[in-house]
Amino acid sequence: MDLNYTPEQQTFRQEIRAWLKAHVPSQPLESFDATRAGFEAHRAWERTLAEGRWGMVTWPESYGGRGLDLIQWLIFEEEYYRSGAPLRVNQNGIFLLGPTLMEYGTPEQKARFLSAMASGDEIWAQAWSEPQAGSDLAAVRATATRDGDNYVLKGHKIWSSRAAFADWAFGLFRTDPASERHKGLSLIFFRLDAPGVKVQPIPQIDGETGFAELFLDGVTVPVFNRLGGEGEGWKICMATAGFERGLMLRSPARFQVTARKLVELYKAHEDEVEPSVRNAVLQCWMDAEAYALSIYSTASRLIAGGHIGAEASTNKIFWSEMDIAMHKTALSILGARAELLRSAPEAGDIGRWLDGYFFSLAGPIYAGTNEIQRNIIAERMLGLPRA
Amino acid sequence: MDFRFTDEQTMTADVVRDLVADLCQPADLRRLMASGEPFDQNRWAKIQELGLQSALVAEEKGGLGLQPVDFVQVAEACGYACLPEPLVEAYGVAIPLLAETGSDAAAKVVEAALEGSALIAFGHPANPFVERADTADWLLIAKSGGLDLVKTSDAMCTLQPSIDPFRRLFSVQYDEAAALRIGAQSGIEGPIASAFDRGALFAAAQMLGIAQRCVDLAVDYAKERQQFGKPIGSYQALKHQLATVQVKIEFARPVLHAAAAMLPQANALSRARVSHAKLAACEAADLAARNAIQVHGAMGYSWEVDVHFFLKRAIALSEWWGGPAFHRRRVAERIFNGPLGPEHTFAKELEHA
Ligand SMILES: Cc1cc2nc3c(=O)[nH]c(=O)nc-3n(C[C@H](O)[C@H](O)[C@H](O)COP(=O)(O)OP(=O)(O)OC[C@H]3O[C@@H](n4cnc5c(N)ncnc54)[C@H](O)[C@@H]3O)c2cc1C
Repeated sequence: MDLNYTPEQQTFRQEIRAWLKAHVPSQPLESFDATRAGFEAHRAWERTLAEGRWGMVTWPESYGGRGLDLIQWLIFEEEYYRSGAPLRVNQNGIFLLGPTLMEYGTPEQKARFLSAMASGDEIWAQAWSEPQAGSDLAAVRATATRDGDNYVLKGHKIWSSRAAFADWAFGLFRTDPASERHKGLSLIFFRLDAPGVKVQPIPQIDGETGFAELFLDGVTVPVFNRLGGEGEGWKICMATAGFERGLMLRSPARFQVTARKLVELYKAHEDEVEPSVRNAVLQCWMDAEAYALSIYSTASRLIAGGHIGAEASTNKIFWSEMDIAMHKTALSILGARAELLRSAPEAGDIGRWLDGYFFSLAGPIYAGTNEIQRNIIAERMLGLPRA
Repeated sequence: MDFRFTDEQTMTADVVRDLVADLCQPADLRRLMASGEPFDQNRWAKIQELGLQSALVAEEKGGLGLQPVDFVQVAEACGYACLPEPLVEAYGVAIPLLAETGSDAAAKVVEAALEGSALIAFGHPANPFVERADTADWLLIAKSGGLDLVKTSDAMCTLQPSIDPFRRLFSVQYDEAAALRIGAQSGIEGPIASAFDRGALFAAAQMLGIAQRCVDLAVDYAKERQQFGKPIGSYQALKHQLATVQVKIEFARPVLHAAAAMLPQANALSRARVSHAKLAACEAADLAARNAIQVHGAMGYSWEVDVHFFLKRAIALSEWWGGPAFHRRRVAERIFNGPLGPEHTFAKELEHA
């Protein structure tokens, strides 16, 4: 065990720090969920990142990356969140689909999709959930019917994050009409502006758009758009989900920065709050550190050739519960002002904590609910019998 | 940066894990309890043969020169087995401290301890009693301003029975004039503080082992025991409780291991990490032990089921080497005075922040 950064890693940190200092927008961008303008501002930021080849540092250089390892990715993320740079509007693409494409895509598919993803030219949404297929994703009903060199897509997808403004979606479809459950599913890409796609934004709990419903009625896409073999969709989705929960979706730096701000908030209000808040603040900071240390441990293991297993589910539970605890603690420090919207003249920075709190409440739901994660831990890590 | 144990580190722990798996099963614990003996002589002899007495002693002092990170998984294995013998406290805390003092007067005792012919028990102001004082040959007592080395036969040791049948606690009185003042020289505070941190770290490691053992015992029982015609482990209420415990364990472990690696820094950053590890392991062990009892139903409340051994050790260790209030204070000192944010996870010193 060696918990020292190498000189190269330290130099790398300074390099990215300097670049971010010079490029991060001085004013926060408008939310990418609320308006097209906010979304496009985030796309422009992705392009800026890509020009510096900072879009996805772990990807091969041929796809716009730097071919770096996961420790360097963590350093990048630390500097990224430290700098207050915008959230990644293409996270479904770069963090979820990208790594999966890298593993299962043909060379032609990689060439077609990865660079455009890293550059922000094509922004992706995930279209797995359906009204009747939530936790029980294997109940997917949307179909992809083979027609020569094409598939014709039909069905109803829902809760697709950022689909209101995104360019592409990767969806789970039933390619074998006679199949049931996990069999006969395939992962297929479609453009969100293709004929036959109707995108219906759904306002979220805070009133912003956030996600959308997708009605697909005879959408024709080439067979080229299928990732992996026909009928391999489930396996590939589970690989994506493992990556999502286990590592990439929520990098630790995000929570460590929140923890730092929480400590600052506490210090500013120390005399006004009740004593128990102090312990809550300490716990939040410790949890953020624990999560970071755990991810360093996972990254070290993966670099040495290991794999992410069911312990990805422990991560998802831990960060989602921690995120709620941090924001709830912040609200308790803000007291009666906590309810102020960002637009209130006296809100100051308060609105950010409220926004963050609402967003944190979704954490135990998306990427597989925490109840489902607990089932996975109990059955696959602990070996308890299935119901 | 590589957050993995080396093969040697894992092998050292495996040797201990295998030994206690062989010789320290609950049936062995019960046999020892019935005998009323303080040690299982056979097991202790085997442990001494491993040569870990010298593990944390510097090479120039005749030791192996290993670090806490080399020993932390050994302590986890001892917790997992609820080992009665003082492998962790004697080899992990006391002997390395006495050796580190470099005192000429103590040199013979160190030599004997490294050979396995003298046993040292350690008393520290953080702990109200000295564990296993009566069976030690020497008592090493930390007090403000130094260390006393006392022959056990020169001290009066009064047994203070513990809820944990394998912890033998003693209040100790001795005539200071008869003690060897070995810590009078300046600079002794550092080694004593490091010994305290090792005590806290290895207590955390043992509690993590206890937590995992409790989950494992509960899982075994939940697979066997049937109610309503099915194994109780198929019921989601139990599954989710055990999964919640496992999450606690998974996020205490990397903190423990990082704390072990950072301990030699001996500054506010490494101390806060040790304290964090102790708090996290303590919570994991507490939750694990209570859930393991619940999963066993009334059996869990009986003397017959083994879970209570682990519960009792966890109760004891959670307050030994500083309780939660103490360790939370150290974390608070680090948070409110030190650098915060993702770039400081592995920071070495406060000044450079
Ligand atoms: C903010 C947000 C963004 C999202 N983004 C996307 C996206 O981009 N793409 C996409 O495809 N989906 C997305 N989703 C959908 C998300 O994946 C689903 O909401 C999730 O899988 C749960 O499905 P459901 O909402 O149908 O709830 P249900 O499955 O109906 O679950 C309702 C409740 O029942 C519990 N439950 C269900 N089954 C079990 C069981 N077997 N054991 C115990 N408890 C159970 C659940 O845990 C939950 O508490 C998003 C959701 C949110 C909130």
